[in-house]
Amino acid sequence: MRCGVVVFPGSNCDHDAYHVLKHVLEQDVTFLWHQDDSVKGCDLVVLPGGFSYGDYLRAGAMAALSPVMAAVKRHAEAGGLVLGICNGFQVLLEAGLLPGAMRRNASLRFRCQDVWLKAERTDLPFTRRLRAGQVLRMPIAHAEGNYEDAPEKLDALEAAGQVVFRYSTPDGAVTPESNPNGAARNIAGICNARGNVLGLMPHPERCSEPVLGNTDGLALFASAVEVGGRVLGAVR
Amino acid sequence: MKARVTVYPRREILDPQGKAIRDALSRVGFAGVEDVRAGKSFEISLGTDDPEQAERELRRMCEKLLANTVVEDYSVELLGGAGAHP
Repeated sequence: MRCGVVVFPGSNCDHDAYHVLKHVLEQDVTFLWHQDDSVKGCDLVVLPGGFSYGDYLRAGAMAALSPVMAAVKRHAEAGGLVLGICNGFQVLLEAGLLPGAMRRNASLRFRCQDVWLKAERTDLPFTRRLRAGQVLRMPIAHAEGNYEDAPEKLDALEAAGQVVFRYSTPDGAVTPESNPNGAARNIAGICNARGNVLGLMPHPERCSEPVLGNTDGLALFASAVEVGGRVLGAVR
Repeated sequence: MKARVTVYPRREILDPQGKAIRDALSRVGFAGVEDVRAGKSFEISLGTDDPEQAERELRRMCEKLLANTVVEDYSVELLGGAGAHP
């Protein structure tokens, strides 16, 4: 599968995502520059973590208006896969590809720690390798992961099954104590209605190899690659 | 024409920064502070002298970039000619 990793000024997890796709999963991977006006034929586009444009104004706000994001929107509308990780998730929210917004963590602290995530969708291109209710351990590293939207919008999001991951205890209980940033309803990751765009605050690319002590993140990339190779390949 | 745009977290949304600042103010003796909202202010110089056009443009700027209307409100204030800038 052809994969693209977008590089904004200030992205700092771009090489990690590239490494997982290229060297762990042996896919065809290219970097996409923020000034590019196309996704260069990629099936999967990853918006990586980091501090695009220095988090000026709001996290992800400037990146959302960069030329490559117009191409990413067209790619998503055509059914192409888009994965936004941490700052990439913030960019997807600011670009309107996913609903809601991020605010400062309720603690006002930058949180850098492992969290547990309960998977609520296992039928998506990014989650089909997971078991229903599976609990994953992944690292987070962010100051603005406090997901928010109007209560009726959150209700609609839940009703449509767009909540993909929630912060939980290691055994999958969704509790206030397991919520590291104050996110509404413990939301850690969401998808669009169609399921081809996923954003999450935790970093799957930082836990996708045994040498890192944790491979829980690999299932997301492996699922996408599996789907991309078959479904998207068949479309062409 | 100069203008000032202010952007604040919406009333119904908890503002963690504002709350921390309120708590800090009460720690240094300002016990009467009931609420603080922490926002942003932008001073913008525009090429037009038409107040209606200026306000329209500024509101579009807020909707497009300066505010995230999911969690923030904004207000627009025209400050008059070039001499009004501090």
